[in-house]
Amino acid sequence: MTPHEPQSAGAAGIRLVSAPARPADLLLRDVHALDPRTGVDGLHDVLVRGGEIAEIAAPGTVSAPAGAETVEGQGRHLFPAFVDPHVHLRTPGQEHKEDLETGTRAAAAGGYCAVIAMPNTSPVVDSAPILGALLDAAAREARVPVGFMPAITRGLDGIELTEMAELRALGAAGFTDDGRPVADAGVFRRALQYQRLCGGVLALHEEDPSLSGKGAMHEGVVSALLGVAGIPSISESTMIARDCALAEYEQARIHIQHLSARESVEVIAAAKARGVAVTCEASPHHLTMTDEDVRGLDTRRKMNPPLRSEEDRQALIRGLRDGTIDCIATDHAPHARDEKEVPFEQAPMGTTGLETAFSSVYTDLVLPGMLALELVVQKLTSGLGLLDLLVPMIAVGEPANLVLVDLDAEWVVGESGYESRSENCCFAGRTLRGRVLLTLAAGAVAYRERSTILSVPA
Amino acid sequence: MRHLLSIEDLTRDDIERILDRAATFEEVSHRDIKKVPALRGRTVLNLFYEASTRTRSSFELAAKRLSADVVNFAASGSSVEKGESLKDTVLTLTAHSPDAIVIRTPYAGAAALVASWTTAAIINAGDGKHEHPTQALLDVHTLRQKLGSLEGRNIWIVGDVAHSRVARSNILAFRTMGAQVTVCGPPTLIPRGIEALGCEVRYDLHDLREADVVYALRMQHERMDQHFVPSLREYAAQYQINGRRLGPRQVLMHPGPVNRGVELSGEVVDSPQAVITMQVKSGVVVRMAVLYEVLAGGASTVRQRPTYPTEPQLA
Repeated sequence: MTPHEPQSAGAAGIRLVSAPARPADLLLRDVHALDPRTGVDGLHDVLVRGGEIAEIAAPGTVSAPAGAETVEGQGRHLFPAFVDPHVHLRTPGQEHKEDLETGTRAAAAGGYCAVIAMPNTSPVVDSAPILGALLDAAAREARVPVGFMPAITRGLDGIELTEMAELRALGAAGFTDDGRPVADAGVFRRALQYQRLCGGVLALHEEDPSLSGKGAMHEGVVSALLGVAGIPSISESTMIARDCALAEYEQARIHIQHLSARESVEVIAAAKARGVAVTCEASPHHLTMTDEDVRGLDTRRKMNPPLRSEEDRQALIRGLRDGTIDCIATDHAPHARDEKEVPFEQAPMGTTGLETAFSSVYTDLVLPGMLALELVVQKLTSGLGLLDLLVPMIAVGEPANLVLVDLDAEWVVGESGYESRSENCCFAGRTLRGRVLLTLAAGAVAYRERSTILSVPA
Repeated sequence: MRHLLSIEDLTRDDIERILDRAATFEEVSHRDIKKVPALRGRTVLNLFYEASTRTRSSFELAAKRLSADVVNFAASGSSVEKGESLKDTVLTLTAHSPDAIVIRTPYAGAAALVASWTTAAIINAGDGKHEHPTQALLDVHTLRQKLGSLEGRNIWIVGDVAHSRVARSNILAFRTMGAQVTVCGPPTLIPRGIEALGCEVRYDLHDLREADVVYALRMQHERMDQHFVPSLREYAAQYQINGRRLGPRQVLMHPGPVNRGVELSGEVVDSPQAVITMQVKSGVVVRMAVLYEVLAGGASTVRQRPTYPTEPQLA
């Protein structure tokens, strides 16, 4: 079987791969289409034929061609589907947490049409044979297109560079040691220099281990009260400052993962102002929760970087608004139940996030009027563009990467289980507004919410 | 009260009720036969994941003086060393239907977590660097005996506050009982944000004279490997409570075991100001009162704490 490659868009050679699926023939009738890039905003009929957007017209004016299914939108919202440059699919080696099938199913359920998987697996994705095997597996199992970012250093050891040119030739989406920083500035500088040969954005988990130490949560009032060792904000921001300076000197491109601290936003704003080629992301949990939410020591709320203070959260929201922060990425990090059912300090870092990303941000930031819906849609759809990959759009001739959302629907996170294999979701038990009803990825239906009747049979 | 997990959960009334009962148990310890039948037929399990001689034997003595049956379960030499998880250990031990589990672990929040897995009453005997509530209660008991009331008293807690569960529980308990609390120690060992607990922070002992009570913390030798202070010699020079620094009317406390010549000079350990052995004595009667409180009644005022998981447990 040859890998199914719906998106060859973007820089030469990067591969987004999914299992073969039937191209959709679908009329989305009477939907509120909203795409901040194309300016579409209002009630439309959207016709998808052979997996491509064939027609966008006034509501009620398009009739379904023979063999096409009709979905009654009833004014519900249709966005370009979301993309996530930062997820952990735990394959190979940790399939008890997640695999390519369950992880991409979770992505589809969250309205995502493409995700990029991190290499901190077992073994680490640091050689061409491992990357090749993953791409082959994705071509059999992935429900939505997946790209892979191999490691910057072998075994994530922070010492030896991987064979980046060979990995790029095979389709690497960029490089990252995510989960760990490249602590040694000299090693990191060589990776930046090597980018001139092979390209590929370097995505960076920023943390100075000599400052974060054995910390398990944000250093602040709550950590002082709980007696839990803290991870100070400056362990992140000082590394970002260092890496921006190095990237500037080497004229390289870097992407900063999961910003959490006010100081980090300031460092990036300053770097962008002087022309450094740096982009960055923030996660839904850092945008909506703080260390106050960790008082009960719920291990589902233990992640790295940690949930920080309200001041930090507000800085992230401002950063999204003023453009300092380029995209929202989930850092979807599944862990098995028994791994998380331990005392807080022993628990592994990470929360799942793909299935709750839009709803959590919509409920906590859009509904209270802190962020505009258009801005949130834009930030949820721009993450792969930063890697010269797919930017989903609602326009005629584009592949159908679409998500239909009921903004009024309420649901309780976890109440009817998860598509992910793991259930360590920091929003578990919360009532959220906004439910994904239908996701089209690379022209095919990737997810349908089961309890909603939308369709008129063809 | 169902569990004793944290001083944060206790009101001043709760503390006074427990300590008033402890006072009535004082009399039992002076009898020839130091035993009352209050908890006869009840089983108390001591589950200790950290080395402890004082706290464990104090709990054991307290349970036995109330006629409860006591089982000691130490982490070494048990299934824990074979890799069993805390949850599996607790579920296994719960199968024996203990009425109370006294638990010490190196992890914050572990006692509260265990409370969500078992029907037994849980008494936190130390969870990481978070809390050690019975130590705080016995310290308040000792001060009530020595001073009558803590209201308006000025208490200095001196030493390694960052790594001390005793400090955290005591700041909360002393504040709840109406005292003013100052913490003092090397800046590297005072956690950022500790003022939020309602205490003042100092980095030197210049104003130690204003204290009614001086509470010295144990300086743990393992902190030296992590270079939090340049040397024990320099620590002692800056922070040791000695005859020159301790006033004649100040009360000196220490949770034990004492490093003579480090946080305390030998002379003050043996001085009339020191109430260190009184603290040890209070330990037994206060733990009797706590066991009685969670197993034989008392008002239910403990707040619900969120723990993971919230769903009912599979056995």
